[in-house]
Amino acid sequence: MRRTALAATLFLFGSLAAAAQGPVPGPAAPTAPTPGTPAPQQTPATITESIQIGLSTDRISITSDFSGADLTIFGALDNADPLVYRQGRYDVIVVLEGPMRPAVVRKKKRILGVWLNADSETFASAPASYSVATTRALQDITDQNNFRQLALGTENIYIAPMDRTGDRAKIAEFEAALRSLKRTSGLYSENIGGVHFLTQSLFRASLRLAPNVPVGTHKARAFLFKNGIFMKENSAQLAIQKAGFEQTLFRFANNHGFAYGVLSVLLAIVTGWLGRVIFRRD
Amino acid sequence: MGIYLPIAEMSVNLFVLLAMGAAVGFLSGMFGVGGGFLITPLLIFYNIPPAIAVATGANQVIASSFSGALAHFKRGTIDFKLGTVLLVGGIFGSSFGVWVFKLLRQLGQLDLFVSLLYVGLLGTVGALMLIESVNALRAARKGDTTGLRRPGQHNWIHKLPLKMRFRASKLFVSVIPVLVLGAAIGFLASIMGVGGGFIMVPAMIYLLKVPTNVVIGTSLFQIIFTSAYTTIIHSATNHTVDVVLALALMVGGVAGAQYGAKAGQKLRGEQLRALLALLVLAVAVRLALDLFIQPPSVYSLSPLVVF
Repeated sequence: MRRTALAATLFLFGSLAAAAQGPVPGPAAPTAPTPGTPAPQQTPATITESIQIGLSTDRISITSDFSGADLTIFGALDNADPLVYRQGRYDVIVVLEGPMRPAVVRKKKRILGVWLNADSETFASAPASYSVATTRALQDITDQNNFRQLALGTENIYIAPMDRTGDRAKIAEFEAALRSLKRTSGLYSENIGGVHFLTQSLFRASLRLAPNVPVGTHKARAFLFKNGIFMKENSAQLAIQKAGFEQTLFRFANNHGFAYGVLSVLLAIVTGWLGRVIFRRD
Repeated sequence: MGIYLPIAEMSVNLFVLLAMGAAVGFLSGMFGVGGGFLITPLLIFYNIPPAIAVATGANQVIASSFSGALAHFKRGTIDFKLGTVLLVGGIFGSSFGVWVFKLLRQLGQLDLFVSLLYVGLLGTVGALMLIESVNALRAARKGDTTGLRRPGQHNWIHKLPLKMRFRASKLFVSVIPVLVLGAAIGFLASIMGVGGGFIMVPAMIYLLKVPTNVVIGTSLFQIIFTSAYTTIIHSATNHTVDVVLALALMVGGVAGAQYGAKAGQKLRGEQLRALLALLVLAVAVRLALDLFIQPPSVYSLSPLVVF
């Protein structure tokens, strides 16, 4: 399998400016000759870090030889506190979330010796794909409650059942099955250690696109944590689409099914005829 | 080499597809069958969604049937009138089949139904063929030359009304069983993604008493149209025909068929039928195992199908 590296370079929005200006309520601890003003020293709340990501391209094309890809996203951290940075207390989680789609999960049961689909649960919307890259293992970044509130991580994405009044236990069971099936197929993935700080203000995230990555509008989101506390989020959109020929064919098949069928038949007849002409056996 | 299938929306290995097409083409050339009953299960084993495998299988069958029918057309061994009546029945059966296909897909029972049909039909046809060919092989060893047994000239089918004369087949028979047979094959074609030759040929010989020399040509002739109709209807209603997948299979198939035909000439009829019977039974057993053995995961995921 060939993996295409799709480098998505980044505009480092405010980061250079921030480094140059410095004066802003800058890094709290060792800076500034501020002997006369003791108060600001105690107000780290005025330091507002922010996170930026931006993609160099807003669309990725799936060509006929596509077999998965590695997507690199660069991002910048503004107003980072050097002390916190040195202690390694900044954490970044980057997510690429696929389009929301309805899905049906079915469960097989053995009936009369035959395994057949007996039970099902329909979910109104679940991300078709969900790829996460983090600086560290999720549980080392912050606690489970925070992740759940942010709906962050393959375990915590919100998946809405079609029938909200249904049996809670059953919905939970099928929801867990959905996550596990998506993980097995590579559509939901977590890349722990996939985010690296290159400098104090620049980071790089590596995300994996599965060979069966769904087409549609994907959302790249970056979450910044400081000392286990969620600080900021930023997002950018990325369209994953089939390349020219594949896209044309797909649209044609869906919008003009009848004509597409007729052409498929003609193609088969021509192939059969050519086979006969080229390899005549009598 | 990976190739992206635009309708199945997945990346597969092109060489696996070509090899699959060539292997099935080889067997279909050797045994004179369309090979749909092998292609569709193989695609399903290769993780192509069953809905796509079935519709694309129907498309692939057209190429091999057309290729074969051309040879029979040249030899004049096609009964066009009989083929057309079969076809009329086939259109009805196929339309009904596509509707059932969509219903089953929505209910989540398509895979089960397709597997059951395959196991039942392939198991029965394979077993019957094996028994017949083993008997023939035994008889040949003893030196008998009785060949295929030809049952009595008249059965209940020949007592039905609305008789029609089919000159090329030297047949005077009611159109009802012909239409019903056509419809049954059309139904199977649309649900299983097969041409149906493996059922059509014995049914024409044993039920309708069509002379053996026109059976295969006529069957191929009507399969082209039934499969073409099935392909178009699947494409229009379910959007499940993947033309890139079909083309890869067809290219491998038409090439493989020629070598298969050559290999087939070196074997005797009974030996060929016994081998084909074993092959058919092997596919049936493989599919049956999936039905009876506990799957690795009892859960499965499918897109929502809205009627």
